[in-house]
Amino acid sequence: MTIQEIAFYIFSSVAIIASLMVVSARNPVHSVLFLIVVFFNAAGLFLLAGAEFLALILLIVYVGAVAVLFLFVVMMMDINFATIRQGFVRYFPFAGLVGLILLAEIIFAITSIPDVGGRATLGGVAHPIPDPQQVSNAHALGRILYTDYFYVFQLAGIVLLVAMIGAIVLTLRERPGSKHQNIGRQSYRSSSDTLQLIQDKPSGQGVHNG
Amino acid sequence: MAEFLSEYLWPLVLLILQVVAIIVALLIAVAYLTYAERKVLAAIQLRRGPNVVGPFGLLQPFADGLKLLTKETIIPTVANKVIFITAPILTFGLSLAAWAVIPVNDGWVMADINVGILYLFAISSLGVYGIIMAGWASNSKYPFLGALRSAAQMVSYEVSIGLVLITVLLCVGSLNLSDIVRAQQGLWFVLPLFPMFVVFFISALAETNRTPFDLPEAEAELVAGFFSEYSSMSFAMFYLAEYANMILMSTLMSILFLGGWLPPLNIAPFTDIPGPIWLGLKVACILFCFIWIRATFPRYRYDQLMRLGWKVFLPFSLFWVVLTAGVLLYAGWLPGQS
Amino acid sequence: MDVLLKEYLPVVVFLGVAFAISCAAVIASLIAAWQKPDTEKLSSYECGFEPFDDARRPFDVRFYLVSILFIIFDLEVAFLFPWAISLADIGTFGFWSMMLFLAILTIGFIYEWKKGALEWE
Repeated sequence: MTIQEIAFYIFSSVAIIASLMVVSARNPVHSVLFLIVVFFNAAGLFLLAGAEFLALILLIVYVGAVAVLFLFVVMMMDINFATIRQGFVRYFPFAGLVGLILLAEIIFAITSIPDVGGRATLGGVAHPIPDPQQVSNAHALGRILYTDYFYVFQLAGIVLLVAMIGAIVLTLRERPGSKHQNIGRQSYRSSSDTLQLIQDKPSGQGVHNG
Repeated sequence: MAEFLSEYLWPLVLLILQVVAIIVALLIAVAYLTYAERKVLAAIQLRRGPNVVGPFGLLQPFADGLKLLTKETIIPTVANKVIFITAPILTFGLSLAAWAVIPVNDGWVMADINVGILYLFAISSLGVYGIIMAGWASNSKYPFLGALRSAAQMVSYEVSIGLVLITVLLCVGSLNLSDIVRAQQGLWFVLPLFPMFVVFFISALAETNRTPFDLPEAEAELVAGFFSEYSSMSFAMFYLAEYANMILMSTLMSILFLGGWLPPLNIAPFTDIPGPIWLGLKVACILFCFIWIRATFPRYRYDQLMRLGWKVFLPFSLFWVVLTAGVLLYAGWLPGQS
Repeated sequence: MDVLLKEYLPVVVFLGVAFAISCAAVIASLIAAWQKPDTEKLSSYECGFEPFDDARRPFDVRFYLVSILFIIFDLEVAFLFPWAISLADIGTFGFWSMMLFLAILTIGFIYEWKKGALEWE
């Protein structure tokens, strides 16, 4: 067995065990931490396949951003663990259906790639996979993603826009009576509008305005 | 068996020794950074600073380390023990692991990977975990609030750090850190990209939770922030990690903007000095600025901090990405452009 | 071994050594220091009184909003990385393609600015 094979079996078995722990752990925070372990091993598998760019983007986006949000949600929300358990049986058929659809899509995607060693066709453009020794992953991706896959790329932008607006619509609550600092107004305030010099009279005569 | 030894074991042992050497050097640098910080702060405040342990107090960091080592490790009863212990180990381990890809001279790098800059970006985005885990596992109010603030602060400034990296990469055309330095042979990027250098420097202060952005550990309101409940070596881990991250950020700044190991001018007296010394000098200058700022500036308010990150740095650095790309493309200055 | 993977061996070793050292330091302190815990010492920190209740409580939804916005901008940066290094190959079309992408996201950014999602109160 070569070292790559050993590494492959380590990464994949740890990933499978950790993903089992994700669904079986009692504490949801532990579930998220196991999910992070799964992401790490998936990154390792990408690396073994020579996709170093994807491996690190997986770490940056999923571990560095998405899992942080998950952790925020499960750590800080007042989640009653018992009620989550109750929901398990009720949601199981629905979750199973989603799982089946995903499985079917993965099988469809794998079988629709005509030649595993050669090219994948999406949107009718075919590209030979360049030799990773000469062209780095990121270069190879950059050369086709923004031009040949123009529409898919712009679609990704629109998906992000929808996500952004959705997040704001769902979570933003105006809090009445909150005070904001308006830096612009603060900077443009001039002393002549707000400061008033008052001539003080000798004691006993009081202060007169103006 | 002999073949196995010569082919796998010895190179591996050699590799481990090299790694240990780098980490030991780094730890000494961290120890003396804490010493330097106390001395510089003292000088700015017209005090003497540590001067008892060893000549000029030079052994002070080791005395501090030994003291922390022999302190009792306190794990609160309400804490989540496994995560509580893991958090400082993770934070410290990550701050060391980033050094695997840092080039100190042409060809002097442990792992010359194609995506070095992404590796550093990934490591720095993982840094937030140690903080959230520590704050949550402590199960105490101050660490919890400190962790929340810290996490939100770090992610906010990470975006502008990412955009600043893009502007540099546009001028280089590679994700490899050694290539980034080599691209500055003629001109250090600090000159054309000076505003980005400033944005990166301020974001680095926020990312390492340094003054004026040390809100996570604002002692007047949050005791010690996310590590209030920590003691002994687990406290020291967070402390050392903060300083190791400072050195890392300064090194990254030198590599991205100040030409890494390159001398300022490519003429005789400068080129005789070896590259690692140039890099060390640049890093020391930036670290001095970190400490100088700590002695000079008051702390930011939290809403001001978020405003600066999202409403000033994000649009500004995005604008610079567009500007840099446009200028380079239309002037034909892109690397590899014919 | 594959050239690409060979470059990652030091990274793996470095991660291993780094985490071994940090574990060793914590364990060394557990061994070296005299442990003498008691209930008061192990109670959570509070300014002079007993903590009233569990410290984990729901908090301002703004923190979620910040992290969701961070995911979106992080993805934007992830898209920019390959673009930045291969701009010379894809030329003007690649440049304007990215400008359109950024413009779409800028609409979202202006929306959140106007909505006050970036205000912190």
